[in-house]
Amino acid sequence: MTGSIGLIHYLVVAALLFTMGVLGIFLNRKNIIVILMAIELILLSVNINLVAFSSALGDLVGQVFAMFVLTVAAGEAAIGLAILVIFFRGRGSISVDDPSRMKG
Amino acid sequence: MIQAFAFYLFAVVVLISGAMTIASRNPVHSVLWLILAFFNAAGLMVLAGAEFIAMLLVIVYVGAVAVLFLFVVMMLDIDFAQMRAGFVRYFGIGLVLAVALVAEIVIAVGAWSAGGVDLARRGAPVDPTIPNIQAIGNLLYSRYLFVFEGAGLVLLVAMIGAIVLTHRQRQGVRPQNISQQIARRPQDATRNMRPEIGQGVQL
Repeated sequence: MTGSIGLIHYLVVAALLFTMGVLGIFLNRKNIIVILMAIELILLSVNINLVAFSSALGDLVGQVFAMFVLTVAAGEAAIGLAILVIFFRGRGSISVDDPSRMKG
Repeated sequence: MIQAFAFYLFAVVVLISGAMTIASRNPVHSVLWLILAFFNAAGLMVLAGAEFIAMLLVIVYVGAVAVLFLFVVMMLDIDFAQMRAGFVRYFGIGLVLAVALVAEIVIAVGAWSAGGVDLARRGAPVDPTIPNIQAIGNLLYSRYLFVFEGAGLVLLVAMIGAIVLTHRQRQGVRPQNISQQIARRPQDATRNMRPEIGQGVQL
């Protein structure tokens, strides 16, 4: 990182993005698809944090672990959307309130 | 100067598109804003010197995850107007939680910049003579080999899980039974007959 842009700038961006992800989970309580997207935003902000610290501290381990976070995010999106598809197939809706009735 | 301009451009666009992702009425628009956020986050990572992660972000997120989201959003026939019902009701508590989170992160950053915790020594110091991708490859295939294998296993399990969950056996169709076809041998399927003249054959 050169010039006037330092670690703090990256951390602020990542913090705001993380907060937006959490806020998105609350705002779209009914819509699982947008909740999954908000979780992707949260993981993206974590990745920005890892990369920023890796760059600022001169340590490559942060970038390696950002890659692992990316892997988990991809797997989570695939499984989440698969569950969403079979849930929609069974009920005809994807409202989050519905699974509480899903007993037995 | 140009770095600062590029950083602020990417940062502002990533924050705006993140906000539009969660506030958009139509989930298709949400996915498109999410793609924009990923692209600009990749730009931020290029600025930080992490080219490999940036390219991975574009390929994996934009190329695979966002397209998966787009497929699912377009495939499911959902009444999106009804989905927006709780938007106003949860806005207050969501905002309170978000402000609390920001405050916590600001406190953490302040504590870190005021001296911080004395962390362990560098795990893998950056060598400026070798490029980023080569350095990550060296690290990934030596010290983090088992973690890397574990990540591959996670992806394999995710793939098999997604296929098992969404695969559905169709009723009322007559599929090809390949193993039965392959196991069929000529001596089981045909008979040599030499019938007498005037007599029929038994089939």
